Amino acid sequence: MTIVTTDTPPETSSEDHSSPPIHTLSVFVNNKAGVLMRICQVFARRGYNIDSLVVSRGRDKHFSRMTIGISGDPDGLEQIILQVTKLIDVIHCVEHTSSDSVNKELLLVKFLVDKKDRTEALQIIDHYGGKTVDLTPTSMIAMLNGDTTKIDAALTMFSQFEVIETVRTGKVVMARGELAT
Amino acid sequence: MSNNQLDGAQALIKTLDDLGIEYIFGYSGGAAIPIFDALVTVKSNIKFVLARHEQGCCHMADGYARATGKPAVVLVTSGPGAGNTITGIMTAQMDSVPMIIICGQQVTWMLGKDAFQEADIFGITIPVVKHNYLIKETNSIPRVIREAHHIATTGRPGPVLVDVPKDISSGDFTGDMDPELDLPGYKPETAHTVDPDKIDEALQLIHKAKRPLVLAGHGIMISGADAELMELAETLRCPVTSTLLGKGVFPEEHELSLGMLGMHGTAYANKAICDCDLLINIGSRFDDRIIGQADKFCKDAKIIHIDIDPSEMNKMVRPDIEIVGDAKTTLKEVNKRISVLDTEPWLSKIDGWRKKYPLSYRKQGGLRMQQVIDELYQVAGGDAIVSTDVGQHQMWAAQFYKTNASWKWLSSGGAGTMGFGFPAAIGAAFACPDQTVISISGDGGFQMTLFELATVALHKLPVKIVVLNNHYLGMVRQWQELFFDDRESGVDLEGNPDFCKLAAAYGIPSFNIKRPADVRRQLEKAFEITDGPVLIHAECVKTDNVFPMIPAGAALEDMLTEPPKGKLAKPTGST
Repeated sequence: MTIVTTDTPPETSSEDHSSPPIHTLSVFVNNKAGVLMRICQVFARRGYNIDSLVVSRGRDKHFSRMTIGISGDPDGLEQIILQVTKLIDVIHCVEHTSSDSVNKELLLVKFLVDKKDRTEALQIIDHYGGKTVDLTPTSMIAMLNGDTTKIDAALTMFSQFEVIETVRTGKVVMARGELAT
Repeated sequence: MSNNQLDGAQALIKTLDDLGIEYIFGYSGGAAIPIFDALVTVKSNIKFVLARHEQGCCHMADGYARATGKPAVVLVTSGPGAGNTITGIMTAQMDSVPMIIICGQQVTWMLGKDAFQEADIFGITIPVVKHNYLIKETNSIPRVIREAHHIATTGRPGPVLVDVPKDISSGDFTGDMDPELDLPGYKPETAHTVDPDKIDEALQLIHKAKRPLVLAGHGIMISGADAELMELAETLRCPVTSTLLGKGVFPEEHELSLGMLGMHGTAYANKAICDCDLLINIGSRFDDRIIGQADKFCKDAKIIHIDIDPSEMNKMVRPDIEIVGDAKTTLKEVNKRISVLDTEPWLSKIDGWRKKYPLSYRKQGGLRMQQVIDELYQVAGGDAIVSTDVGQHQMWAAQFYKTNASWKWLSSGGAGTMGFGFPAAIGAAFACPDQTVISISGDGGFQMTLFELATVALHKLPVKIVVLNNHYLGMVRQWQELFFDDRESGVDLEGNPDFCKLAAAYGIPSFNIKRPADVRRQLEKAFEITDGPVLIHAECVKTDNVFPMIPAGAALEDMLTEPPKGKLAKPTGST
């Protein structure tokens, strides 16, 4: 069996200090076809890239919650939030920072590991509070969650094994305390 | 109310009738046949106009709306029919014009399968509409149409498109004809509550100003705040300049009016912008044609920005005071507490500029477009509805045709759509049968939508169709002359038809103007014809340039009031 994947990291360092900061927006929208398209067009037109995107139905099925991580010019952000808010299907759009909100994402990582290294792999998973969700004689899938920094750190540790694939859900946020997200 | 006898299309037409829609401008086609059938089977007060092209339908609906403030409906078929509306929809969106576009569509089970005349018009139009719908249930038709009307006409108006698959329009309607709107994310009514602290801050700036200036935009017209603006300007003794789309919100013959500002605005308006110490922008979005180089715009002045659309704040210019609100509501609050300012030194300084840099043109060396427009104004007066196309003639019309009331000046500003003027004039003529309607086009733009000569002739609409012919795409040629070493490229309209013979082919009488001395006589003769359209063709100087001019992206200080002596650098700004 050959494992074919294009999900490999670039050869150069993944740390790129020139990349613009990622902003996290929580967008509460009507749960209708085409809403995501409208929002994406606003970002794309203004030169913002969507780095992560999580969409799920709200408690009331007529609404959906989107958590969108975008990178681009921080100066235009306030204005672009207003442009998103202006869309008829958007109920509200708020930027969240890590200090005013809880940020979490979930990682699934699949790597090759045999009997010899399995114990160490399990220790790393345990250290990050993760779980093994698939195990074969030659491979393993670990699942763990946390903020982006923790996920990045865990991935660095897993890189000592032969990582086949990673899947991240993208960030979800919730405002702290009694504030609305 | 439930009514089992109706199908979806009939429910649609009944809803439009209930909403008071007066005109549908349309073009039929396969997927729209059920809706066209309902135009016959449903008794309504709606009048249907068959245009000759879907773009014509949109510009007619646009002209209707710009002359009345009310929306008209565009009804077209799927695929190419819907596709042909894009330019017209974009034109309305850029200028905040209410419009409801209804498209026939393939049956729902064929969507996304490249069926005959299928186009994803919902997806295609997302960037050029205020909102759009693809209806998936027959019973939701009245709610969607009512929502579309509400969205199109409230807050900052705009076009709303509704895509109606054929099985939906021909399906049985068993729903409620007067349902609740379901728009939890749309709250235009908040614009009618203005933050009193902001009003206080604005008043403090206003009462400190020595050289105040009002920048009056289209928002004043939409809001119906003309009287409030007049009260503000006259009480403060504050001069007023208007945007292209704001022409008419303040009478241009008023002593405090400076006419239009911006790229081809009056020199005195632009000088006043550079020298004012307080700019009060009411209902204008600080378009790039107005501000030139953004970081030099009004950099020593305080700026108050009043706009109904929060997303216009800080988009182009950072104001000192942002007031998000309806213009009329806001000005009423401001006006309660304003007192007279001593602006006499400021007004006399502006008068100096008026005398030094008047709008002028030469009457020697051939017939100039400016003269035709100037004399049109003298013949028809400031109460006629004037619809222009886009280009040099548009700027000269903005300069020389004084607009003295709202809803009289129809011009494609944001989109700059050539081909807009003539069909828009037709829409206005349907809307205002008792008013004089003048369409002013160049030879380029007129040829883009001249197929609507059939519509204007058929309905005997008394539109004065003025074609100012210089056999050139003059504005581009002007740029090539000034910035590209006079290398002409793609601007020579050789092969123009004989426009008078063309009019005759449609049974439309025409008048030809060749010499400056003929203008008045020919115009007066043309204006005697009131039982149908008349075409006035003017053979104009080929290579004339519009001044004043601020090269795109340059600061307002760098305005050219006359042809430059040396070579100019290529503009750095937008087109």
